[in-house]
Amino acid sequence: MKALFSEIRGAIVSTFVFAVVLCGLYPVVVWGVSQVAFKHKADGSLIVDKDGTVRGSSLLGQVFTGEKYFHSRPSAAGAFGYDGANSSGSNLGPTSQKLNDAIKGRIAAYRTTEGLSDKDAVPADAATASASGLDPHISVKNAELQAARVAKARNLSVEKVKELIGASTTKPDLGFLGDAGVNVLKLNLSLDGVK
Amino acid sequence: MQSTDWLQFALFIGLLALITKPLGIYLTQVLDVKGRTWLDPVVGPLERLTYSLMGLDRNKEQGWKQYTLAMLLFSLVGIVFTYLILRYQHLLPLNPQHLPGLSDHLAFNTVVSFTTNTNWQSYGGESTMSYFSQMVALTIHNFTSAAVGISIAAALVRGIARASATTLGNFWVDLVRTTYYLLLPLCFVFALFLVSQGIVQNFKSYDTAKLVEPQTVQVAKMDASNQPVVDAAGKPVMEDKIVSEQTIVQGPMASQIAIKMLGTNGGGYVNANAAHPFENPTPLSNFVQMLSIFSIGSALTYYLGRMVKNQGHGWAVWAAMMLLFICGVLVCAHFEAAGNPIHQALGVSATDGNMEGKEVRFGIFNSSLFATITTAASCGAVNSMHDSFTAIGGLVPLFMIELGEVVIGGVGAGLYGMLVFVVLAVFIAGLMVGRTPEYLGKKIQAYDVKMAMLSLLVLCMSILGFTAWACVSDWGLAGLNNAGPHGFSEILYAYSSATGNNGSAFAGLTANPANGDPHYNVTLGFAMLIGRFLMIIPIMALAGSLVQKKVSPPSAGTFPVSGATFTILLIGTVVLIGALNFLPALALGPVVEHFLTAGGKLF
Repeated sequence: MKALFSEIRGAIVSTFVFAVVLCGLYPVVVWGVSQVAFKHKADGSLIVDKDGTVRGSSLLGQVFTGEKYFHSRPSAAGAFGYDGANSSGSNLGPTSQKLNDAIKGRIAAYRTTEGLSDKDAVPADAATASASGLDPHISVKNAELQAARVAKARNLSVEKVKELIGASTTKPDLGFLGDAGVNVLKLNLSLDGVK
Repeated sequence: MQSTDWLQFALFIGLLALITKPLGIYLTQVLDVKGRTWLDPVVGPLERLTYSLMGLDRNKEQGWKQYTLAMLLFSLVGIVFTYLILRYQHLLPLNPQHLPGLSDHLAFNTVVSFTTNTNWQSYGGESTMSYFSQMVALTIHNFTSAAVGISIAAALVRGIARASATTLGNFWVDLVRTTYYLLLPLCFVFALFLVSQGIVQNFKSYDTAKLVEPQTVQVAKMDASNQPVVDAAGKPVMEDKIVSEQTIVQGPMASQIAIKMLGTNGGGYVNANAAHPFENPTPLSNFVQMLSIFSIGSALTYYLGRMVKNQGHGWAVWAAMMLLFICGVLVCAHFEAAGNPIHQALGVSATDGNMEGKEVRFGIFNSSLFATITTAASCGAVNSMHDSFTAIGGLVPLFMIELGEVVIGGVGAGLYGMLVFVVLAVFIAGLMVGRTPEYLGKKIQAYDVKMAMLSLLVLCMSILGFTAWACVSDWGLAGLNNAGPHGFSEILYAYSSATGNNGSAFAGLTANPANGDPHYNVTLGFAMLIGRFLMIIPIMALAGSLVQKKVSPPSAGTFPVSGATFTILLIGTVVLIGALNFLPALALGPVVEHFLTAGGKLF
């Protein structure tokens, strides 16, 4: 019986010691060091305009629908997409009627918006929802298909727009890790900055 | 697969092989009460202080019953501790979003989930958990459940390595040393690396961004009492609403993500888990996270070889794990790259693969690789949504779980699970040649095989039993997000994941419905308890039996437990004994779905 009590004491004391060390000390020290060493990133890589208003995070996508802007991927986060408080994918499976209908609609809309024919294939990322619903990127192919529309709406040359796409493209890390993607928010902000 | 994909895959396996030995040697120091590490000057005082507060004699070893009892008591205290915090988080500090306390069944499910190293999440983190709950109630289990797993593995390995003995080490010493010398220092460095990649670490409340292009959307009009207004035909009246803001989630994420990966916990800070750009911002962060999931489990195979003084045995076990893993990755990546023929017929580019539920920065290969790693290793973090994988692409993660989480497996849990298969493999080999089976010079007798089989049968019973119950119940079907065979797969995946202590999901399944039905939360909670503790107890009994046995010197008839023959026999045992039980269920879910996809059938 005495042995049992000493085990129980060990369990309770160790839980509280761990709570202090692992849940207090550890995150606070990581916080302290990262606030000094990587403050911008530790605070969410926020994009702040001249008057101090937060316009987004360079890591998180936003919805764009206007013809002057590049459009992000479809999103299942929240009721209207890109809801930062409800990150989510569609979780619809390969034989889902609902997913099938959604993709059909997106393909038709994409072809109309970008002036493609009924025979042209649509990039997969333009027709499907991402895993987080906050994917900041679109594929390079997708961005290039949208370039002509954006250039026309903004009275810019297609070359200029493609140059901006290049500047907002994230290359694979170390040259081969992951896939290249175009950061839509950064690209659209750079377009807004072009006189 | 493209050439860069092969390169990443080769780099992953190469780096894993390289860290296995040094980390394995470090483990032998950590798991030895008299071991010396270079962290002694910093961590030593903390370790001694902890022992003295606990009133512990660190040199006193425990037999298998005492060791198991200590582990169960520690888990029980952790369950009570976390349950209380989750229920009353609204009364506790660090809750800038003013989130309410959790319901009893959600709190039960969550606390069991984190205690058993499963980290199944019936909730969305950013909309449910306060910073205090995340940082204290959940993070403590991320560390300790991993440390418990490693301790149990160490006890079993001692049972194998020692001869004519009675004790297996001291649970408290193993727990404390693993946490302080292994997990905490690694996590500290890892967390800082993650912040350098863009993962947030702060204590401010959520930010609100002003959208670059505000959006006009249609919403149902509400009356004064918050009921939808309907027109004469009974249809809801819609009105325009302007969405001009985006919430940006904040909090102490990096410190939690580090242990979530290293400890193969997998519980995300936010709902989208490692697919969320804040949890996994770059392909480099993704690569290092994948490596960290496998690192300790892989090093434990080296620890095994070192302790039993047969390094070839450790590598043979590692090779069996790696071969199963490589097959899984290749199958998954192949089917994801091929994409969905139904969607391709609609006009989706056939060269892009299946991008539903995947992030552009990871693409097809890194999503498939991550999915296989996280399920092979009992981690359960996801960087893509497994529910939206192609039928066979989604079968691979499910199959990895159903193998018994022994392909690297959860930290510690993978090794002790695999050692059960080793005992069975040796037993089967002994039967085939008609000799008394021996494992490293110890006779494997009826009691040992009974204990080994018991730990496997409870898994099978829990997965298939609960799945069958949910399939014929209203509450089971109400949670589905997909119809047809895919709906069945969602249920099968849920109970496989819970029992295997994995924690990933075919996440369309709603386990915590708005109407408050507790069935999923409670049954999944029990599946997790069964998968953890009813597996550990027979394994500890096995350890207690092995440790007493005498070692007889090897003879000409001894079956060697290193080399290619043993590796192949072990793989065969894992596949035949571990997975064959689930073949009929898999045929009803992903396999039939694969053929229906080819035929263009929709549900």
